[in-house]
Amino acid sequence: MGDCHGCPNNVAILTPPRGIGAPARRHIVAIVGPPNSGKSTLFNRLTGLRQKVANFPGVTVEHRMGKVKLDQGRDVFVVDLPGVYSLTPRTEDERVTHDVLSGRMTGIPRPDAVLLILDSTNLSRHLVLAAPVLSLGLPTLVILNMADDLKSRGGELNVPELAMQLGSPVALISAAKGTGVEKIFQFLSGATIGAAPQAPLIQLPVIQDIPKCRAWATNIGNKTGYHAPAPPLWTRRLDAFFLHPVAGPLVFLFVVVAVFQTIFNGARPLMDGIDELIKSSGVWLGHLLPNEALRSLLIDGIWTGVGSVIIFLPQILLLFLFIGILEDSGYLARAALIADRTMARFGLQGKSFIPLLSAYACAVPAIMATRTIEDKRDRIATILIAPFMTCSARLPVYILIIGAFIPDKNVIGPLLGMRAAVLLGLYILGFVAAILTARLLKSTILKSRRSSFMLEMPPYRWPTVRSLTLRLVDRSKVFLMRAGTVILGVAIVIWALSYLPLHDGKPPAIENSFASGIGHFVEPGIKPLGFNWKIGIGLVTSLAARETIVSTLGTIYAARPGTVDYAEGQVSMGGHDLDAKSIGAEFTQGQSIRTLNGRAEILLTPGVYLRLGPNTSATLVAAGLADTRIQLDSGHAMIEVDQIFQENRLGVTQGSFAVELHKKGTYDFDAANNQVRVFDGVAIAMGGGHPVEFGGGQELNTAAPDAKAKGFDKKAFGGDLYDWTRDKGLQQALHQDLTLGGAIGLLVFFAFAMQCMSTIAVVRRETGGWFWPGVQFAYMTGLAYLCAFVANHLVSIWS
Amino acid sequence: MQLSVKKTSSAKNLTELKPGEAGVLDKLDLPEADAQRLMEMGFVPGHSITRGLSAPGGDPRVFRVDGSEVALRRETARRLLLK
Repeated sequence: MGDCHGCPNNVAILTPPRGIGAPARRHIVAIVGPPNSGKSTLFNRLTGLRQKVANFPGVTVEHRMGKVKLDQGRDVFVVDLPGVYSLTPRTEDERVTHDVLSGRMTGIPRPDAVLLILDSTNLSRHLVLAAPVLSLGLPTLVILNMADDLKSRGGELNVPELAMQLGSPVALISAAKGTGVEKIFQFLSGATIGAAPQAPLIQLPVIQDIPKCRAWATNIGNKTGYHAPAPPLWTRRLDAFFLHPVAGPLVFLFVVVAVFQTIFNGARPLMDGIDELIKSSGVWLGHLLPNEALRSLLIDGIWTGVGSVIIFLPQILLLFLFIGILEDSGYLARAALIADRTMARFGLQGKSFIPLLSAYACAVPAIMATRTIEDKRDRIATILIAPFMTCSARLPVYILIIGAFIPDKNVIGPLLGMRAAVLLGLYILGFVAAILTARLLKSTILKSRRSSFMLEMPPYRWPTVRSLTLRLVDRSKVFLMRAGTVILGVAIVIWALSYLPLHDGKPPAIENSFASGIGHFVEPGIKPLGFNWKIGIGLVTSLAARETIVSTLGTIYAARPGTVDYAEGQVSMGGHDLDAKSIGAEFTQGQSIRTLNGRAEILLTPGVYLRLGPNTSATLVAAGLADTRIQLDSGHAMIEVDQIFQENRLGVTQGSFAVELHKKGTYDFDAANNQVRVFDGVAIAMGGGHPVEFGGGQELNTAAPDAKAKGFDKKAFGGDLYDWTRDKGLQQALHQDLTLGGAIGLLVFFAFAMQCMSTIAVVRRETGGWFWPGVQFAYMTGLAYLCAFVANHLVSIWS
Repeated sequence: MQLSVKKTSSAKNLTELKPGEAGVLDKLDLPEADAQRLMEMGFVPGHSITRGLSAPGGDPRVFRVDGSEVALRRETARRLLLK
């Protein structure tokens, strides 16, 4: 099978040899074919990994270019054009294909030859495209794909006769299996020597008249003994299940939940792993650099920026693995069919469903997934509304603000708490904004000229590992090279805003940085929303990623080492009672802090938190960065070490023992029971003769004369200070500084604003320019501003 | 003139096909661009169309035409008239 009859003849006619010193101009061959004809499979088969993705100037259509290696070290460039049924330039896809083939597309010369790929199991319909392509007069190889399907389903065709009828060489191949592909290489070797376009050798029908073209195709089919294959039996059987009135929706639901779970939860460990790797390698790199400013640029700027790019890879890879399997197997079309009626209510279509669902995890892979939507208007509309879905990066912001401002009360008995209700409300808010925006878009700027919606149901096929792998490599490459560079660039700019200008060669406190300058500058603008300049700084840095505002506000509000971070109940320091207003009060050398029936947290040095339980007294013996020493006089305390450098010395004196903390971790000091416990980390205790080193899960009795480390059960010993986190300090500080109206305004602002440069970069990449991301950013930020303004004022009136 | 309009509106359309039933397409009562696109997909007057399965709720419906299967929404299928 798959004989390329007529090849030698025609190739000889079409390609007059040009002598030995042929010009070195690269030859371009275009692949043209209808959707679902196996165009991309053939392209991958021909080029392997020697391909790159590009956009034509000013259009959203993406095309791929690849190098095909021929014998004698020659190669040709192959362009994979969008799938089309005709060359009449009605849609953007058709216009691009038409313009490239006629040499009108800027940036790409007219192709030297055409590979027209058609589905041999569907020949009568696909041959209609042969008429306009052959009339171009370019050397054309007509490739009939799916030869294996044709044969197994009992179809047949006289290939030499078809080549005669079309006046062009014909090859019967299977792109997925690779059979017959050598005929294409033969054609490429011949055709690339160069030939002037010439009039086609056969009589073609008038291209615009589809019934005539169709009759012509049928006629050719009859003359060449084309016998259409039997209907695909397995596809019918599978459809009877997948489109079953009861089983169909259940399978659909299962698939949807599986996709969502995988990218929402399944990617989490991988993302945490990448995060941890970036952070620890950053610390390691930092040790190699003596200069503080340079170290900060490299680690906090560039290295963190690189991290913020590759952190998206797990979600992108997993989502595209799923989409690859769904699309290649043919199920995606069935899923789109099932979801279509619901999506049609919002002016969208079935294929928008999976991208929008993925946007609840993250808008970045979701926007990349919209490429399965062929209709350009529906695709743009889906891209524009995807960032309204509540992505996982918004959650830390929501949780911080809700925790600080919304009382922990029940709304509907114990079923629904007020905080959960507000969180749910924010999810609904995003969803409602998305569907209203979709309706607005589809009835105005993205109004479809065509009223008819159609969706082709391809036969089910096994996805191949080869095709899935290439797809994953392709998507990762596109994301890293095209969107990643923008994300990295913006990350460095945002770093510069937060870490410059330098004071005495050191980065400034964030209050004195350029970001703060911007925060102050925009304060008059954001005041109506109930935000102050500190929130303004957070809005600047959160452009890097939404959750960044939490750490920025943490730095602004509670970052001064040596101060009280949080206090509740009866606490006194240096003889004065502390209350909520005392947050930020300095804990100076020699001072004592005492809790009665209260608790307190103190930031000792950057990244080291001291927590005191009830009825505890502690004294700051040494307050230097190089030497920080606490004396626990009575009661129970805990130290959380998030960051410690070699030059830092950190110690706690309890009874006759001096305990030095050497690693990141959590340490528990129990003066009442004479115990020191290490949850994680490493401590060295001195005072009992030999120094005793003990690590995670070990405790030391400071009263026993032999002082040996013993194991203890970490799970059994919970400790009320273990889960009592520093976030409360930030919440309380925000509570002091922001009105309820401002807080609700901030929640609403984050629900709507396109506060994410990665999304902006990906939209630019997927729409081929700055127009759509510009429109989207302006619209979302405008809406966010307006709604936050309204929310702030409504809440202020009410309360 | 009036008679022909009446005749068109009373003609059987694609939505009236029962599952598995076939009919021959007569005309596409759609704007030019829409009709062209559907014809490219195989909905050419004179060709036989078979109703296939459908999404839950019966919309959109799958039609078999020319060896392939294409789903159309109800509002579109209504405008494809049968002989």
